[in-house]
Amino acid sequence: MAEQDEGRGKEKKFSIWDLPDVPMGQLPPHLELQRTRVLCNKDAPIHTESIQYSGAYSSIGVDNSVRLDNFCNNFRVEVIQLNEDDMVFDMIGIDAAIANSFRRILIAEVPTMAIEKVLIANNTSVVQDEVLAHRLGLVPIRVDPRLFDYMSENDQPNEKNTVVFKLHVNCKKGSPRITVKSDELKWLPNGSELVKESTANSDSSSKPETYTYFSCSQESVPEFVKNPIAPKYPDIILAKLGPGQEIELEAHAVKGIGKTHAKWSPVATAWYRMLPEVILLEDVKDDLAEELKSKCPVNVYDIEDIGKGKKRATVARPRSCTLCRECIRGDDWEKRVALRRVKNHFIFTIESTGALPPEVLFTEAVKILEDKCERVITELS
Amino acid sequence: MEHGSFSDNSAATFSLTDEDHTLANSVRFTLNQDPRVTFSGYSIPHPSQARVNIRVQTTGDPASEVLKDACQDLMLMCRHVRSTFDKAVEDYKASNAVKAMKIDSKEEDSSDSEDSE
Repeated sequence: MAEQDEGRGKEKKFSIWDLPDVPMGQLPPHLELQRTRVLCNKDAPIHTESIQYSGAYSSIGVDNSVRLDNFCNNFRVEVIQLNEDDMVFDMIGIDAAIANSFRRILIAEVPTMAIEKVLIANNTSVVQDEVLAHRLGLVPIRVDPRLFDYMSENDQPNEKNTVVFKLHVNCKKGSPRITVKSDELKWLPNGSELVKESTANSDSSSKPETYTYFSCSQESVPEFVKNPIAPKYPDIILAKLGPGQEIELEAHAVKGIGKTHAKWSPVATAWYRMLPEVILLEDVKDDLAEELKSKCPVNVYDIEDIGKGKKRATVARPRSCTLCRECIRGDDWEKRVALRRVKNHFIFTIESTGALPPEVLFTEAVKILEDKCERVITELS
Repeated sequence: MEHGSFSDNSAATFSLTDEDHTLANSVRFTLNQDPRVTFSGYSIPHPSQARVNIRVQTTGDPASEVLKDACQDLMLMCRHVRSTFDKAVEDYKASNAVKAMKIDSKEEDSSDSEDSE
């Protein structure tokens, strides 16, 4: 830092940090810009990496670490839109690594129920067995997966880990073609009705053995009486039948995660973007202002009158900027408009397929990350 | 599973099974924020195998302690995120309920009402 000549007692110790205009303990503005903003230039974005190392600025005496109390003070969530199936919210003060973890967990590791085993009794339609079974697996089912357990290979299917649906459609000879939609899937709360053909000695007294072993009806759970289990959308086309064709099958839905197969993903998709920031580096007046406003396809800019017939461009809606870079395309525009992204402000969008509402999905995803950490901690100790 | 040296326990590689970028990147971030850490990184030896190697080098503290502290920090951050999010959702729902009531009462008041959004 400061250079001192030893032995020359007359020389005062001089440090540049003692000068009155150097900010103490803070980064100079150009470094702060590098640290917190992605600069989206015409050719490519720069400063995209987040500077995470706690000692990155130790040579100028600035501590880059975000201690837990700092994080708790600066972290904010703002919900912009919340519907039954989708939500948009802002997370401010978090790093991209953690936001990405939440996104990955939402897509791949939050469990749902989806149809896995299809027992086909009769299928004379033009849709093949396996194609029909595949389509059935992709139908989203409106049931809370937290009320069920996972089923492993050695388990018997019972009321705690399976949901049974029946599909029986027949197109009579002489009637026009019918379309089989997902509302034909009927929930069987008492378990499977298809009887297993056991070989020799079947006990004639008790009930015939079926493919599931329900000890009690699922209707005894009050949650299912209020909201009976059904596919979320009743108008999904499963198959089409001509006259004389019939489909009779039973489908078993189990709990799983999106990592195994995408049918178990609880979100249509979940994504985030960083908050765009549009800065006018110099005053854009009159004709240039009109040109700037007309260039932007999403109307980020507005014109304001500053008297005497002069106009000036202002940034009205930076949040809707899609970073198409039209406003910096021509000559000289790059020195008038700067496009940036704020590195720790994320606009999250979650679109649920219907099993769980989106705010519950996000809470579950955060819980799953906590469980992962706990597993690592217990392994280490 | 920890791979290190017996004499110097300030640097070690931790091999976690059944993990991928989801946990490893977040743990690497919290490790970097700890001032005792001089180096932290993770790698995935093969994408078909669900295994992650996390390397931690510290300024003297045992690496496993530092990793444990980082995981604890991450857990606390997650809990804070969860509580802040729940509170924000509640506030939003409450303010929306108030807005809906206000709109309803406004519609009742004005007899021939134009579009009131």
